[in-house]
Amino acid sequence: MRRFLTNLTFFVVLGFAVFWFITRPESFADDALAGLTADTSRGETVFHAAGCASCHTAPGVDSKGAPVLSGGQRFPSDFGTFIAPNISSDPTHGIGEWSALDLANAMKFGTSPDGQHYYPAFPYTSYARAEVQDIVDLHAYLATLPGDATPSQPHEVGFPFNIRLAMGGWKFLFFSDEWTIGAPNEQLERGRYLVEALGHCAECHTPRGPLGNLDNSAWLTGAPDPSGKGRVPDITPQTLGWSEGDLAYYFESGFTPDFDSSGGHMAHVVENLGKLPAQDREAIAAYLIALP
Amino acid sequence: MTRFTKLTAAALGLTLLGGAAFADGHIDAAIKARQAQMQLYGFNLGVLGAMAKGDVDYDAATASAAADNLLAAATLNASIMWPQGSDSGAAKSRAKADMWSNYPDVQAKGMALVEAATAMQAAAGGGVEGIRGAIGAVGGACGACHKAYREPSS
Ligand code: HEC
Ligand code: HEC
Ligand code: HEC
Repeated sequence: MRRFLTNLTFFVVLGFAVFWFITRPESFADDALAGLTADTSRGETVFHAAGCASCHTAPGVDSKGAPVLSGGQRFPSDFGTFIAPNISSDPTHGIGEWSALDLANAMKFGTSPDGQHYYPAFPYTSYARAEVQDIVDLHAYLATLPGDATPSQPHEVGFPFNIRLAMGGWKFLFFSDEWTIGAPNEQLERGRYLVEALGHCAECHTPRGPLGNLDNSAWLTGAPDPSGKGRVPDITPQTLGWSEGDLAYYFESGFTPDFDSSGGHMAHVVENLGKLPAQDREAIAAYLIALP
Repeated sequence: MTRFTKLTAAALGLTLLGGAAFADGHIDAAIKARQAQMQLYGFNLGVLGAMAKGDVDYDAATASAAADNLLAAATLNASIMWPQGSDSGAAKSRAKADMWSNYPDVQAKGMALVEAATAMQAAAGGGVEGIRGAIGAVGGACGACHKAYREPSS
């Protein structure tokens, strides 16, 4: 732990001193979305595929009816506890006043409207690979969801992580919008988009390095559960041993091949995937089967 | 309340049993017993699911037997299988300690399974479409409880 902290301090200092210039929060040019029009119903598919409700609904609320994205769920990590903010359409406490460009900057660059870095507890590290058109559609869909005036809670993280500027160094070292796996056909491309970009599967199923960065050399091979109990399973085909049909059925119904039923965080994911078209679940299955 | 609902309300009660009333090893035996109950769910659903997926041909007698078993397993008196001190923090179990502090919710989730299994029993003998229509709700009932109260495996 001590060595880890020393390393960490080293990187953080490095992040400050050498890279402060290069690590300014990035954002799009003001006219980057010019000419794009929003499609609310496509935005709903993006919303489910990206699992926004899994993190941004209030804790313990079961998803019946239109989701209320009032925030409050807690995400423990090695660096402290992050608390999901209110992203409902409320103009004061939510993001009702945000433009599509604001949302695009948040999801593609992890940059807030006032030019600060977000923490990667918000998985923009995956969403960075999302199509801008999808974000425009998602923005329109979010505006149709109810507003809620619950104020966002401050995160419970200590020094130096409470300094958002420090995330600049982290992003410089680890943030990338490149694909991890090749996709030789259209179905695999769709599957890859759903897994690596919107579905952010790796955020749970891939182990992390000492600085909380994903270890891409162990892609989707399982990781300790962030709750501290048990493990998020290895979902590479050799270890899992499920057929493509087994996988697609699991994403639709939550049933494993021996008819156990998914639990924990994955139950949220299955609820979301169940709302996607069947071809999308098949594409995710095909992607997993094609993993090395 | 129907006879049936009363029966299951009793069956699903998680009682706050003191460990002292039982011999050593009771906790582990109770955990094994409830895990075996869950295995019964999985086996019988597997029979129905294989037909729903089209992996095996529909057979009315087999489907009805599986649906009867599922409902019977869901209406066992489970109370004695969940003694205090048998949660994941205290014993070799994946049951979250929250189960014991959210008794009414656990009971509601158990009732949801009984309802879904009752609908499955009514549908299973009438053709594969009936199974397809009923299995989603059963899966939803299993998943809702696992989402809230089961730890990931290690
Ligand atoms: C794994 C959980 C998780 C998921 C999934 C998730 N978020 Fe978040 N989100 C967070 C956390 C935690 C923060 C706080 C980040 C910070 O303060 O730096 C956050 C912050 C945000 C913010 C910034 C809000 C503000 O007030 O500045 C927006 C906007 C947002 N998320 C939108 C979304 C959308 C849209 C999706 C789906 C595409 C999504 N989030 C999915 C956890 C999540
Ligand atoms: C928020 C964390 C999280 C995310 C995001 C997530 N998973 Fe999971 N996944 C889990 C957990 C935890 C389990 C174990 C479920 C259980 O205990 O029943 C699991 C189980 C699975 C399983 C079954 C493995 C087994 O051995 O039972 C598959 C397949 C799977 N996930 C695929 C995916 C895919 C594909 C995605 C992205 C679309 C994804 N997961 C996103 C946490 C996550
Ligand atoms: C009322 C809550 C609840 C419901 C409903 C429920 N389960 Fe479970 N299930 C649990 C808990 C808690 C555990 C962990 C038990 C333990 O390890 O002590 C578990 C464990 C399991 C296991 C693993 C058993 C083992 O050998 O370790 C299987 C398989 C399973 N459940 C299948 C199902 C299926 C299929 C259904 C639906 C037909 C279902 N469960 C409904 C709470 C529930």
